[in-house]
Amino acid sequence: MSTNGPDTPHVPGPSLWPIGFAIGVACLLLGLVISWIVAAIGAVLAVVFGILWALDVTRDVRGDVPPIAPESRAAVAAQVPEVEGPEEPLPAYSRSRFLEASLIGLSAGMGAVLTLPVLGFMVLPSFTNVDEDEVDLGPIDNFPEGEYVIATYLSKPDQGEVSRRTAFVRNNGFSEAGEPSFTILYSRCVHLGCPVQPNGPIDEDAIKKVKDVELRPVLAQSFGCPCHGGQYNSEGNRTAGPPVRSLDRYAFSIRNGNLVLGDLFAVGNVSGTGANAAIARYPWSVPGTHVDGLEAWLYPIVPSQVTG
Amino acid sequence: MAARKTRKQTIVDLAVLAPVDWVDERTGAVRGTKWFLFRNVPRDISWAQTLGFATLIAFVTQALTGAILAMYYKPASEIDPTTGKPLAYTSIEHITNDLTLGWLVRGMHRWGASVFVILLFMHMGRVFLFGAYKYPRELQWITGVLILALGMLMGFTGYLLPWDQTAYWATVVGINLNGTAPFAGPWLSQFLAGGPEIGSDTLAKWYALHMLLLPGALIALIGIHLYLVARLGITSPPWSREAAGRERPVRKPAGARAGLVRRGTEGK
Repeated sequence: MSTNGPDTPHVPGPSLWPIGFAIGVACLLLGLVISWIVAAIGAVLAVVFGILWALDVTRDVRGDVPPIAPESRAAVAAQVPEVEGPEEPLPAYSRSRFLEASLIGLSAGMGAVLTLPVLGFMVLPSFTNVDEDEVDLGPIDNFPEGEYVIATYLSKPDQGEVSRRTAFVRNNGFSEAGEPSFTILYSRCVHLGCPVQPNGPIDEDAIKKVKDVELRPVLAQSFGCPCHGGQYNSEGNRTAGPPVRSLDRYAFSIRNGNLVLGDLFAVGNVSGTGANAAIARYPWSVPGTHVDGLEAWLYPIVPSQVTG
Repeated sequence: MAARKTRKQTIVDLAVLAPVDWVDERTGAVRGTKWFLFRNVPRDISWAQTLGFATLIAFVTQALTGAILAMYYKPASEIDPTTGKPLAYTSIEHITNDLTLGWLVRGMHRWGASVFVILLFMHMGRVFLFGAYKYPRELQWITGVLILALGMLMGFTGYLLPWDQTAYWATVVGINLNGTAPFAGPWLSQFLAGGPEIGSDTLAKWYALHMLLLPGALIALIGIHLYLVARLGITSPPWSREAAGRERPVRKPAGARAGLVRRGTEGK
C-alpha cells in the first residue's frame, strides 16, 4: 500500500474502535435476554465506540483541506489549436436513440403485463376471501354455567384435519343488562401460535358430539401452552411466560337457541370476570403482535383491518 | 519441414481434437472452460480454500437428491383414506420404508441439508478470518450472504414437507416468528401461511418455494459467485510471506518426502 496509483483502493486506516462497537452490540443483544441494565450498558458502549469509529474512519475527510496545486491544464490547453468551422447542432433524438428507448419501453410494458398478474396471483389469494364461515356449536344447554367446554370442529371440512380449530367456551349466564354472556377463547397461543391446553382433566363421561362439533367439558379455569410455557387465567389474560396479549376471542351470536361462533378478534387485556368483564377489543392479528401499548405502534396496519 | 504424423496421432486428431475444435470454434466452450478452471492460484493456499467447493458439492447433492425425491413425494395435506394419514406423510413413509434405496436418498437429502448449512458457515468463517472479503471481492461477500440467506430459507421451507407433528408446529412457530417483525410482519406471515392460519394450500406453496423458486435464485447467485471467483482469483492468506514481498522460508523436506527430493533443489 506504499504506492498510490490508480490500482490501489482508497481504504481508511486501521482502527481499534470496531472491536469496542462489536462488544457493545453483543452486550446489547445479551442484555435483551438477561436484563435491561446489561442492554443499556451495551447500547451506551455501542453508541460511544460507534461514534469513535466514525470519527476515526472519517479523519482524513474531516481534516484540513490540503493546499491545492495551481491549475496547470490551462497552459496545455492553450497549445491545442481550436478547430474552426460551423458547429452543426446535434439532433436531440437520433434514430438509434429512439429505437433504443422504444425497445426498452415496450419490453418493460410487456414484462409488466406478464408479471403483474402472476405476482398478484402469488400474493393476493393469501389475503382475499379468507373469512371462515360461522360455526354452529349446538344448543346452549350443552354449556353448563361457569364451566369451560372444549369445542373442536373443522372450519373447512373439505380440507380435512389441517383446518381443525379449538375453542374454549364458558357460559357466563346473563349479564347485568340481561343479555346472555359467553367467554369463547381461541386455543391459538398469542405467543407464537401453538395449541393452548386447559390446565385440568377432561370430564370423559360428559363428552358430546353435536353434528361435527365435539364438546368436551373440562375441569379447568386456566390454560397453558406446551411450546414455550405461556400461562393464561380464566379470562384469557396472561399470567406467566412470553405471550404479548390476552387470548384471542370469538364473537358469538345465539340463533334458535344454538350458540354460533363468529369472527375472531384480538384482546389487549380483560378486567373483571365472566359476564361483567371489560374487554379491550382490537382487530384480529397474527400471534406475537402487540395490539395495545407503545409496541402496537410497530403494527399500524394488520391484514385483518384491510381485508375485513 | 513438418514431421510426419504417426498413425496414432492422426486418429487422436480426427477422433478427439477435431470435434473439440469444431465446438470451440462455434461456442468458445473450451477456451471458457480453460479460463474457468486453469487458473493460477497463490502458492501458499491450503485445505481451508476448498471449503467453498465443498459447499458447492453439498448443494449439487441436495439438488440431485431433491429432484429424485420429488418423483415420489406428494405435497398434499388431504387424508389418505387407506392409511388415515395425510398424503404427504404417507408418501414420506413410502419413500423411507417401501421404495428401494429410498431411505438412503431421503437420508442424504435430510442430513445433507445440515451439511450444506454447516459448510456455508465454515466457508464464510474462512473468508472472514482470511480477510478474503476485502477489495476487490466485496461483491463475492454480498452474493455469498444472499446465498446464505437463501440456504437458510431452503432449510426453513424443507422442514415442513414431511408434514409430521414436528414439521407442522415448528413451521407454525416459524411463520409466527416472522409475523412479529415490525410493520410488514403480519403481512409476511399471512403470505407464508396462505391465509390467517396454515391450511391445505400452505404445503403446496412451501413445496413450490422449496423446489422451484428458491433453488432457481440460489443457482443464479452461485453462478455469479463462481464467475467472480474465476475473474478475481483466490487471495493469499493474511500471513503470506510472498504476498508481503518477502522470501519464502527455506523448508527442508521431511518425513516421507525426505529421500525423494534431488540434492540441490531444496527450498525451490
